[in-house]
Amino acid sequence: MTGSIKYLSQKHWRQTGVIALVGAIYLICSWILQYNNLAGITAVPKAFAWLGTNFMPTADSMSHVPQIWTKLMQTVLLAIASTVVAAVIAIFVALLGSKVTGFNWVVQTATRGIASFFRNIPLVAWAMILLFSFKQSDFTGFLALLLMSVGYLIRAFMEIIEDEASETTLALKATGASYFQIIFQAVLPQILPSLISWVLYMIENNVRDATLVGILTGTGIGFIFDLYYKSFRFDAAGMTVLAIILVVIILEVLSNQIRKVIL
Amino acid sequence: MISNSNETVFQRQPEAPQSEKIILHKNSLSRVMIGFVLMGLAVITVFTLLHLDSANVQLGEAFHSLRETLTQIFIHPNVGSDSFSMLLSALGISLLLAIITTIIGAVIGFFLAIMASRNLTNRYLSAGIRVFMAVVRAIPTIIWVLIFSIVCGLGTTAAVLGLSFHSVAYLTKAYSESIEEIDQSTIEALKVTGSKFWVIVFQAIWPTTMASLISWTFIRLEINFANAVAVGAAAGAGGIGYQLFVAGNMSFDFHEVGMIVYMVIAVTFLLEFVAVKLRRVYLAK
Repeated sequence: MTGSIKYLSQKHWRQTGVIALVGAIYLICSWILQYNNLAGITAVPKAFAWLGTNFMPTADSMSHVPQIWTKLMQTVLLAIASTVVAAVIAIFVALLGSKVTGFNWVVQTATRGIASFFRNIPLVAWAMILLFSFKQSDFTGFLALLLMSVGYLIRAFMEIIEDEASETTLALKATGASYFQIIFQAVLPQILPSLISWVLYMIENNVRDATLVGILTGTGIGFIFDLYYKSFRFDAAGMTVLAIILVVIILEVLSNQIRKVIL
Repeated sequence: MISNSNETVFQRQPEAPQSEKIILHKNSLSRVMIGFVLMGLAVITVFTLLHLDSANVQLGEAFHSLRETLTQIFIHPNVGSDSFSMLLSALGISLLLAIITTIIGAVIGFFLAIMASRNLTNRYLSAGIRVFMAVVRAIPTIIWVLIFSIVCGLGTTAAVLGLSFHSVAYLTKAYSESIEEIDQSTIEALKVTGSKFWVIVFQAIWPTTMASLISWTFIRLEINFANAVAVGAAAGAGGIGYQLFVAGNMSFDFHEVGMIVYMVIAVTFLLEFVAVKLRRVYLAK
């Protein structure tokens, strides 16, 4: 009885301690950053009021719709293409590097390291490095998204292979199947649904990231938003945001439906 | 004498086992869908790659220059025109920006997630929050920051608010999904004892979902750090991202870009390490 009381009071103190710690970190952060909490909170309703008056697309901004739509479609296609190419590269690398299908520990460690390296280089850095060599073109945006996605997908695919395919691989190995038989008859069919689910997630993500890459490299929907924003045509910028919302939500709903069927 | 009136002996003929077809692939709808999706993605990709506008860049030349840039970045990094301590403090600002926005996102996200979970509140409230959060999530972080920078000026406040908005929306979805996974009987058992709503939340939901809440929060911290860097570069909101932008797009000092990239990678490794350790501690409990 006393034991449980002691446990509960300890738990109570620990929880209070954690909450106090998080609060202290928050205060220290806002002090160093000179972030004014009051101004921040009051800015939110102001921002929405401002959005309501200035960002509302007017009848005038309908004339921008065709331009916005072509750029947005271009961006979506670019995001899909870069994700698919990244997925094709990533599946080969993941097969080489996973603990289940990999060759030896040297290759496995190297793959993990490379994947993590690619993943952690900021997207901004990729965009700038590529912009310098490939100039302002869609190809630059494509490469930036590709290099970023490869890192994420390699790690995700390796985890999927290790989680889902290790038992089937073992079973097929016991029957004396060759390496390629195992890959094509067991591993790939087994992981395909989760693989597609990840690719769909990455496409959604890349459409959103493409806006950032577009602002930096002057391509696609990001470029056109930046153009309207910097020339104070806020109604057209608002129209662009609405179009982005529409497309991202359609993609999300579509991929959720696909996931429901295949998983 | 007792004898069987019917002397015929029934003999059961061994039947050949009915050869049923071994089902190699079940659930054909899922297979059709997979084929359909793969085909669609392949067609779109080939179409896009064929129509890709490369602005007439000579690929050989471009790759040659890319190789030179990469050597400058990764083999010969140095601090360039800025001092190391200055870059370090800019890095610290980005990291603090990530931490503060994650805390805001986690606290607001937790309460919104409780209201958005189908097993806790009524259907209309949860649907309303879900739809609103989906809209907030659909807008890229960089656009949120740009919007707030008009209202409250370019700087920390805009960056904090912009990054927080996306964090709140993301964490609301992630948290409410983990809350919906918990056993309904736990909630019902507490309801039967007459527990109030907040007692249920803090005695049942909070402890059972703790591990997954923490792991989602740390995933978001990593994303927020990447976003803090990006926002600094694209919106000029300060931190290491801004230094990266100046070095890469204004003074074209790729040695300094290399230094900054290595510093950012070091921080992301550190964050990943902390996340793994913490997850292990909480899963062990």
